[in-house]
Amino acid sequence: MNWLSQNLHIVGQLLADHLFLSIPPILLSLLISVPLGRLAAGSPRLRTPLLTGTGLLYAIPSLPLFIIIPALFGFSLRSPATMITALTLYGCALLVRGAADAFSSVPQDVRLAAAATGHSRWGLFWTVELPLAGPVLLSSLRVVTVSTVSLVTVGAVIGISSLGTLFTDGFQRNIDASIVTGIVLTVVVAFALDALCVLAARWAMPWQRAVSRA
Amino acid sequence: MWDAPGIVGLPDDREEPRVIEFDAVHKEYPDGTVAVERFSLIVPSHRVVALVGSSGSGKTTLLRMVNRMVDPSSGTVSIDGVDVRSMDRVKLRRSIGYVLQAGGLLPHRSVADNVATVPVLEGRSRRQARADALGLLERVGLDTALADRYPAQLSGGQQQRVGVARALAADPNILLMDEPFGAVDPIVRDQLQAEMRALQADIGKTIVFVTHDIGEAFALGDEVVVLRTGAEIAQQGAPAEILANPADDFVASFVGAGTAQRTLRIRQVDGRDVVVDGDGRPTGVLER
Repeated sequence: MNWLSQNLHIVGQLLADHLFLSIPPILLSLLISVPLGRLAAGSPRLRTPLLTGTGLLYAIPSLPLFIIIPALFGFSLRSPATMITALTLYGCALLVRGAADAFSSVPQDVRLAAAATGHSRWGLFWTVELPLAGPVLLSSLRVVTVSTVSLVTVGAVIGISSLGTLFTDGFQRNIDASIVTGIVLTVVVAFALDALCVLAARWAMPWQRAVSRA
Repeated sequence: MWDAPGIVGLPDDREEPRVIEFDAVHKEYPDGTVAVERFSLIVPSHRVVALVGSSGSGKTTLLRMVNRMVDPSSGTVSIDGVDVRSMDRVKLRRSIGYVLQAGGLLPHRSVADNVATVPVLEGRSRRQARADALGLLERVGLDTALADRYPAQLSGGQQQRVGVARALAADPNILLMDEPFGAVDPIVRDQLQAEMRALQADIGKTIVFVTHDIGEAFALGDEVVVLRTGAEIAQQGAPAEILANPADDFVASFVGAGTAQRTLRIRQVDGRDVVVDGDGRPTGVLER
């Protein structure tokens, strides 16, 4: 505890860095995966290439990815952009399949009823398919959220600071309190963002609770 | 339909004809299945026409051709002489009420929002459309207290009523109904059919509905079209004509001619004429 109170300022800064590295890739992968997942769900021809292609991304080990991305996009090695890009790719690897499953879970008769009552294709997507895909999409998003928060710590190895820095630093200098603080805070951040997802979903999908109460 | 003022002599705002014409429509799917083979029919305005047949008769395909959920491979469907293919799909669908089996409601929208669907799509304000929706709910016999419930919180019969209210919300001239009351139990179904007849006497829409239930076709249709596989017309006429004179064995067996339910006799009881079915079970009293 002594260590923590003396280093509160540093820990606070690392926590902020960690959030700055976790939240953009979560949002970006959601933004990219929803349209790709909808495409995959709507077209049997695109489904396999899209799902296999994005799924394979997860097979790339993270450290080489941290080298490839700067080379490819011209970011500097330790730039947060490298980290955000890598984590967005990993997020998509999980979320494209999740989104495809989510859109496939929308009942065909509801889609038909919506089309028959005169929803345009665009209107059907925004007001019917997306909300009804919500529950399944949420479960994938929660996995991505938690996994992204924990993956951010890997960046500490190549010197991108985050709560992971507390592990690497703690190991090198043999400070147990630093390691424990890093682990506990990472878990707390993961839980907090996960809870945020659930709350946002509850607000966006009021029918879910009303119906489960009935 | 019975003769009442304002029903047979249609009021002025209903002068507009809404005739649906199927002209030699044919539907063949890419896998070679022929759902509809050269089908022609004229649905007169303000009448209720029932397309009845078992599964595979192509009846639902025919219905969906009217609002372009399905386009025919050849032939035309026209409304008041205008080929529906020349109309914008989305606009066409909003101008036609559609009632689906089990209501076909949007599970994530409240009852009032479901009813308000088409007016809101057409740009009516949400507040106004919801206010109108309450009136429609009353019209189809629902308590307005249900307005903020979700479809899953209603019974099957209530969902079906909401489906009818939604179809009427934009005041369409044409109503299409796909097995409208097929998913509810017989008692509720009889009640819904009776209310539908009363409603139609009042609103006088051009209605096409499909069903596999000949009883429902007779209960609601001014005219009944019995279909064989591939939408071949086996017989077409008023319910009484079909019952009195089935065109062939197929129609006879479809309407149940000769079965106990359809062969009624009169038996004298205490000086009154009691109608009994083929098994001798009383079904009603004959009024003179």
